[in-house]
Amino acid sequence: MYAQMVKSAGTGVKSREEMTDQERDFQDKIDADIKIEPRDWMPDDYRATLIRQMGQHAHSEIVGQLPEGNWITRAPTLERKAILLAKVQDEAGHGLYLYSAAETLGVTRDELTEMLLDGRMKYSSIFNYPTLNWADIGAVGWLVDGAAIMNQVPLQRTSYGPYSRAMIRICKEESFHQRQGYDAIRKMAEGTVAQKKMAQDALNRLWYPSLMMFGPSDKDSVHSAQSMAWKIKINTNDELRQKFVDQTVPQIKFLGLDLPDDAIVWNEETSQHDYTDPDWNEFFDVIKGNGPCNVDRLAARNKAWDDGAWVREGLMVHAQKKAAAKLAAE
Amino acid sequence: MANVDQQALFQFLLRMGDNTLVLGHRVSEWCGHAPVLEEDIALANTALDLIGQTQFWLGLAGEVEGKGQDADALAFRRDVWDFRNFLICEMPNGDFGQTLMRQFLFDAWASVTLAHLQKSSDERVAGIAAKASKEVAYHLERSSDTIVGLGDGTAESHDRMQAALEYLWPYVGEMFASDDVDANMVAAGIATDPAGLRGEFDAIITRVLTQATLNIPQSTFAHKGGRDGSIHTEHLGHLLTSMQWLQRVYPDASW
Ligand SMILES: [Fe+2]
Ligand SMILES: [Fe+2]
Ligand SMILES: [Fe+2]
Repeated sequence: MYAQMVKSAGTGVKSREEMTDQERDFQDKIDADIKIEPRDWMPDDYRATLIRQMGQHAHSEIVGQLPEGNWITRAPTLERKAILLAKVQDEAGHGLYLYSAAETLGVTRDELTEMLLDGRMKYSSIFNYPTLNWADIGAVGWLVDGAAIMNQVPLQRTSYGPYSRAMIRICKEESFHQRQGYDAIRKMAEGTVAQKKMAQDALNRLWYPSLMMFGPSDKDSVHSAQSMAWKIKINTNDELRQKFVDQTVPQIKFLGLDLPDDAIVWNEETSQHDYTDPDWNEFFDVIKGNGPCNVDRLAARNKAWDDGAWVREGLMVHAQKKAAAKLAAE
Repeated sequence: MANVDQQALFQFLLRMGDNTLVLGHRVSEWCGHAPVLEEDIALANTALDLIGQTQFWLGLAGEVEGKGQDADALAFRRDVWDFRNFLICEMPNGDFGQTLMRQFLFDAWASVTLAHLQKSSDERVAGIAAKASKEVAYHLERSSDTIVGLGDGTAESHDRMQAALEYLWPYVGEMFASDDVDANMVAAGIATDPAGLRGEFDAIITRVLTQATLNIPQSTFAHKGGRDGSIHTEHLGHLLTSMQWLQRVYPDASW
C-alpha cells in the first residue's frame, strides 16, 4: 500500500443527526456508489484527506523510481534492462496521473512536490529500503507491486471519480509489473547457487518491509472508520495484509525458496496463514526518517529538483515568449 | 549477398548497435533524477527505444559474425577496444542541457542516417532502420523543442546550452568521417557514405540552433577513434564496468 497511516481530517464519522443536509446528501451518494466529481460539493475534510492520500501515493511512485533506478545501469541482459526501464517509466507515469487527479482537488503538483521535498508529506516506507542485489528488482516487482495491487484493486471502486479512474489505469500496469518481477526472481531461484542465494536474500530482506506497506493494524482507528465511510479506504490494513500473505506463501513455495518467517503455517481453523507481524518499532523509525535510505532518497529528490530549476524556468520563460509573440502577431 | 564483405558488415552493425547501446545506457542514468516528471518519462522512453534498437543491431551483428554470439554476448562480454560507438555517445551526462544537446546532435545524425538505411540493399538493415526511424523522428522532435526552449529561455538556460554545444562540438565531426568499412558498405549498396550526409545534418541543426538563438561553433576540429575503436575516452571503461558487472562476475548464470 502506497498510502500509509493517512490521518483522515475531522473528528471521525458523524451520525446522520450530526450531519448538515449537504453532508447527508453527500453521504447518500457515496452509499449509493455514485462517484464524486471535482465540481461536486464535498466536505472540506473529505477533500483534505484525499489530498493527503493521493499525494502520498503519487510521491511513492516518484520516490519508488530510485531503488529500481539503482539497478538499471547494471541490469544483466538487454531484455531485463528494457523491462526495468519500461517499468520505471510506468511508475513515473503513475505519479503523473495521480498528481493530475490530486490537482482536481485544488492543489498544484508543485505544491505537493514542495511538501514532499521538505518532509511535510510522506511516501511509502518501503522505498526507504535499499536494493542490494539483482534479485531485489525481481522481488520489488513481485512483492512491492504485489502489495500495492492488494490495496489498489479495491480502490478502483473508491468514491472520488478521478482517483478511481487513475486506479483503474494504474492497476493494469501494476499487475504486469508483478508478473515480470515474479518471472525475474523465478529465473534466479531456478538458476545457479549464487543466483538462488540472491533470490533468498532479497526475499528475506524485503518480506517484512512489504508487510509493513499495509500499515499497522487500524481496526480500532477512528481515522480509518471515517475513510471507510467515505469509501476512500475499502479494507482494513489487517485484511489486506492477510490476503497478501495468503497469496504469496504458495508462490514462495513454488519458487523453492525458504519461507522468510518460521512462524508461517496454514491454520485450518481460520483457513488462512498464521505469520509473524513485522516489527512496528522499526516501521515507526522508518516513518520518522530513520530507515536505511530515508536521507539518501530525499536528498536525491531535492538535488533533482534544485538542479532542474534552471530547466523548468527556462522552458517556462520560453513558453511565455512564444505566447507573447503569438499574441503580437494576431 | 555472397560478395558482401561480412567482416565489414559486422563492423558496420557494431557501430550502429554500440551507438544505441552506449547512448541508451547514458540516458538511463537519469532515471529518477530529471528536472521534471515529464522529462523522467521522456528520458526513460528514449533509453528504452535505444536499448530496443540495440537488440536488433547487435542481434544482426552476431548473426553476421557467425560465431554464436548473441546481442547480450556482444553487449556484455566485449572490452573497450572492441566497442565501435561514436565518442559523443560515451560522453558523460553533465547537466540536463548537456544531455539534451548530446541527444539532439545524435538524433539529427540518426534521423538522416536511418532515412538512407531504409533503402539499404540488405533487407534486414532496411527493416531495422524503418522501425528505428519512427522512434528517432519522435526523439528528434522532442530534443529539438527542448533545445529551442532552453536556448531561447532565460539568460542562464541560454548560456548553459551554448556551453553544452561548445563542449560537444568537437565530437560531431566523427559522425561524418568515412573509412574503408564505409567504402565497403557503399559498394555493396548497404549504406550511404557518412561524409555525404553532412549537408542534411547541417540543415537540421542550423534550423534548430538558430531558432534556439545559439551560435554554431566555427571550429572543424574533430576527435575521432570511437568508430574504429582506435581510441576511446576514459569514460567508456567506467560505463562498461557497471553495465557488464553481473555478466562478468557470474559468467555461468542466465538471467
Ligand atoms: Fe506504480
Ligand atoms: Fe509501484
Ligand atoms: Fe509498478
